[in-house]
Amino acid sequence: MRFEFTEEQKMVRDMVRRFADDVLKPKAAEMDKECKIYPEIIKQLGELGLLGVYIPEEYGGAGMDVICYATAVEEISRGCASTGILVSAHTSLVVDPIYHYGTEEQKRKYLVPLAKGEKVAAHAMTEPGAGTDVVSISTTAKREGDYYILNGTKHFITNGAEAGIYLIFAMTDKEKRHKGMSAFIVERDTPGFSIGKLEHKLGIRATSTAELILENCKVPADNLLGEEGRGFYIAMDCYDGGRIGVAAQAVGIAQAAYEEAVEFAKTRIQFGQPIAKFQAIQFKLADMATMIEAARLLYLKAAWLKQEGKPYYQLSAMAKLFASEVAMDVTREAIQIHGGYGYTEDYSVERHYRDAKITEIYEGTSEAQRLTIARNLLKG
Amino acid sequence: MKVVVFCKSVPDTETRVRLKDNRLDKSEIKYILNPYDEYAVEEAVRMKEGGKAEEVIAISMGPERAKEALRSALAIGADRGILIKDDALDGSDTYVTAKVLVKALEKDGLEYGMLLFGQQAIDGDTWHVPGQVAEMLGLPQTGSIIKLEVDPDGGKAVANRMVEGGEEVHEMALPCVVTCRKGLNEPRYPSLPNIMKAKKKPIQEYSVSDLGFSAEDVGKAGALTEVLSYALPPQKEAGKKVEGEPEEVAQALLQYLKEEIKVI
Ligand SMILES: Cc1cc2nc3c(=O)[nH]c(=O)nc-3n(C[C@H](O)[C@H](O)[C@H](O)COP(=O)(O)OP(=O)(O)OC[C@H]3O[C@@H](n4cnc5c(N)ncnc54)[C@H](O)[C@@H]3O)c2cc1C
Repeated sequence: MRFEFTEEQKMVRDMVRRFADDVLKPKAAEMDKECKIYPEIIKQLGELGLLGVYIPEEYGGAGMDVICYATAVEEISRGCASTGILVSAHTSLVVDPIYHYGTEEQKRKYLVPLAKGEKVAAHAMTEPGAGTDVVSISTTAKREGDYYILNGTKHFITNGAEAGIYLIFAMTDKEKRHKGMSAFIVERDTPGFSIGKLEHKLGIRATSTAELILENCKVPADNLLGEEGRGFYIAMDCYDGGRIGVAAQAVGIAQAAYEEAVEFAKTRIQFGQPIAKFQAIQFKLADMATMIEAARLLYLKAAWLKQEGKPYYQLSAMAKLFASEVAMDVTREAIQIHGGYGYTEDYSVERHYRDAKITEIYEGTSEAQRLTIARNLLKG
Repeated sequence: MKVVVFCKSVPDTETRVRLKDNRLDKSEIKYILNPYDEYAVEEAVRMKEGGKAEEVIAISMGPERAKEALRSALAIGADRGILIKDDALDGSDTYVTAKVLVKALEKDGLEYGMLLFGQQAIDGDTWHVPGQVAEMLGLPQTGSIIKLEVDPDGGKAVANRMVEGGEEVHEMALPCVVTCRKGLNEPRYPSLPNIMKAKKKPIQEYSVSDLGFSAEDVGKAGALTEVLSYALPPQKEAGKKVEGEPEEVAQALLQYLKEEIKVI
């Protein structure tokens, strides 16, 4: 067993860390306030190859591995959690399934521009009436000649405002329940497709969380991803991989808060000495560092399993569950170490705290992760 | 025209320096490509992209880890690397380093038009090697440039360097040596596809004997200078704060300037 990055993985980590420090960190607070990720940042992500990390070069990707991808998401999120989920949702929830289930034509037409970062992608499953219970979605797709006609409303869709390409889930046969769900690649300018309201959120405010409206949206039959009725399975695959991304995002948020807490503890003087000299503060920092390391190792193991082509859904559920709770604990304690300063916008720990919460909710709530994990370990 | 960029693997700026047995404790150091060398690599790559250079060669003398520094240069866009690596080189001073680098250029047989350096390495901070290399090769040189215009067809380069209160403009015949600093350009982040490409670019390795040296010519034995000891800089003392009524404060300050630091 070797707990060491390869030279290439190190180079990716170092480059992204620098990019995050120089470019993302200084803009994160502004983007949070303005509720948008600046287009020039998205452009740079594409140019650096960060929107198709583990997709082979022949499809416009960087041809690296899943570990590079997950590490990149952590480092990006350390600089800006919103940018982290833009990359993760784009890659794990759309680029990955098109790569795995797409026809050669679909890959040429959609995967290449997505992996090159010329376009951003969004994944649309959730509806007002269907969250954790994805099988209860009411969006429908009816075959008419060479087209499918989609009707319904999606909401809470990450990258919804910026995306050029959407992966939309709809029921082709409601009777068959999860076997009646299908996935469609939908271009932004498809007739009958429109973007509704954008959510105002507690955290990750810079990413768009959009409503999508499908009114007799006419999607070419060629844009069905995989076969009819495979949508549920494709989605479950997406979330297994997506959880690695969310876990990495959570670790990045925690790492940022932890680093700021260490810096603050070393410089804040009370009772004539830096507060870092107090054992109460030291113990907090020790716990934070330990939990972050454990969470990082979990997502890296899940990434490694995925890279090796081994079953990884259990590990990615554990990584996501654990890392998101670590992010909550660490950011809360980081504010505590900052005292009143941490509660103000003059320091970024308040943003990290707000950003952390979503990691316990999307791509399966913590309750859903525990269900998955328990079901898995009890089956037999 | 071929351009050579000299690259050094140095401890990251955020490394905490520790001493052990009067030497640097290198066990927990993270190494990077010397940041000043990045400006040199970036400039060379831009020369290539601008059609002024046909090949960019990155060269380094150092241990195995120097390969990572070369790999970073290749990821920015250099075409190939040269590494001079040998246990015998341990303890070399800047004179030996320059001598070995010059010999490696000769051995490689490349006809260079320009040699680019970072103005200093952030570890040793001697600023020696570029001048020594230029001197050994009998080439014109200028340092700490912030602008460079190269005219390969006209056989000259014009470089601007910062001086107190203004800029100095130097024109040099090619081949020449320049050293680079912040302000010359904004080094790019190596993209993931370029990191992948860097993996496939060749790095030629030479040992001391490949270059026709014996062990006595290099390392401590061949050095002209010797480091006697290392010491950490003294701990910064906390600033002094004078409090009280304005008259008292002024009095105390005056006394401090007169008696303690004796500037008036
Ligand atoms: C910022 C943001 C971005 C998002 N991005 C996307 C996106 O890009 N694409 C997309 O499709 N969706 C997205 N979502 C939706 C997200 O995945 C869902 O919000 C999430 O799955 C939970 O669904 P819900 O909100 O309807 O909550 P519900 O499913 O209604 O859950 C409410 C509560 O009930 C619990 N619960 C539900 N079922 C069970 C059960 N069986 N056992 C125990 N407890 C249960 C939950 O854990 C939770 O605590 C996003 C959401 C947000 C807030």
